[in-house]
Amino acid sequence: MTAATLLAPVLPMASGNGFTPPGPRDFELPPIFGDVTKPMVLIVLSTVLIFAVTYAMARKAAVVPGRLQFAGEFAYGAVRNSIARDNIGSEHFVKFVPYLFSLFAFVLVNNYFGLIPLLQFPSFSRAGMAYGLAALTWLLYNGVGIWKHGFLGYLKHTCIPAGVSGIMLLLIVPLEFFSNILVRPVTLALRLFANMFAGHLLLILFALGGEYLLFEASSSVMNIFGGVMSFVMFFGISTLELLVMFLQAYVFTLLTAMYVGGALADEH
Amino acid sequence: MLGYGVATIGPGIAVGLIFAAYINGVARQPEAQGRLQTIAILGFALAEALAIIGIALAFAL
Repeated sequence: MTAATLLAPVLPMASGNGFTPPGPRDFELPPIFGDVTKPMVLIVLSTVLIFAVTYAMARKAAVVPGRLQFAGEFAYGAVRNSIARDNIGSEHFVKFVPYLFSLFAFVLVNNYFGLIPLLQFPSFSRAGMAYGLAALTWLLYNGVGIWKHGFLGYLKHTCIPAGVSGIMLLLIVPLEFFSNILVRPVTLALRLFANMFAGHLLLILFALGGEYLLFEASSSVMNIFGGVMSFVMFFGISTLELLVMFLQAYVFTLLTAMYVGGALADEH
Repeated sequence: MLGYGVATIGPGIAVGLIFAAYINGVARQPEAQGRLQTIAILGFALAEALAIIGIALAFAL
């Protein structure tokens, strides 16, 4: 990976004849070598990064934590207590904390890749990555439900809410099945993907638009004003993205915990 | 693209209502903030999903 291939998608695509707005095609990056594209490299890089940081945090395991260990314990404690324990219940939650913490760190780091210079591409703005994670979560909560209730018992548990009987079941059961089994993973994946996609598209739009207005359009006062405002908006959207990226990682983990908790719940 | 602009009205109102309720709740019971925050963020994400699906479809279709 030379710097040129990394920089290629970041450099403005100057167009001589008029401004071409960015679109989904800007996310189809050329492969770096063979069939390996930038998001794949970023995914692997994120796992290496997370491993290195958490290993450094846990290596000493002192009773009185240093700064790094304290940060790690704070993040882990937040995921363990406020996400896992409150949503899964205190009986079973310990088994799921490793998965939830890995999920949170993985999504968070991959999202923040969208704002780090030279990387500047959130892996999850390619839909396939998000589909993979959502499929993992889907397998987890359905598997856990089947393990707890048995196959038919789980279907009954997930399709028949409490206090419904008689003719209403004809209407409720297909709806519940549809929403709990089929729609959940799709919305989970699409929420993450489209948030990253839309945010990154906005950043591209303001960067390219500002560049075009300042350097390529005719230098009227309006154009210069628009270009400067466009860059101001670029910084504003960047700070908003910082918040959105954290929020998406949090929400993905929270929803996973809630689905697992729902599948594990006793007969209601 | 124009349709997407119209489609954001609904989720925008929804997110506003959710946070209005959250602010109300915290104003009435400050000690309940932790529990309310989780619910508020969850509701925000769920309402936002509609706008997000809208923007995905605006490019897909």
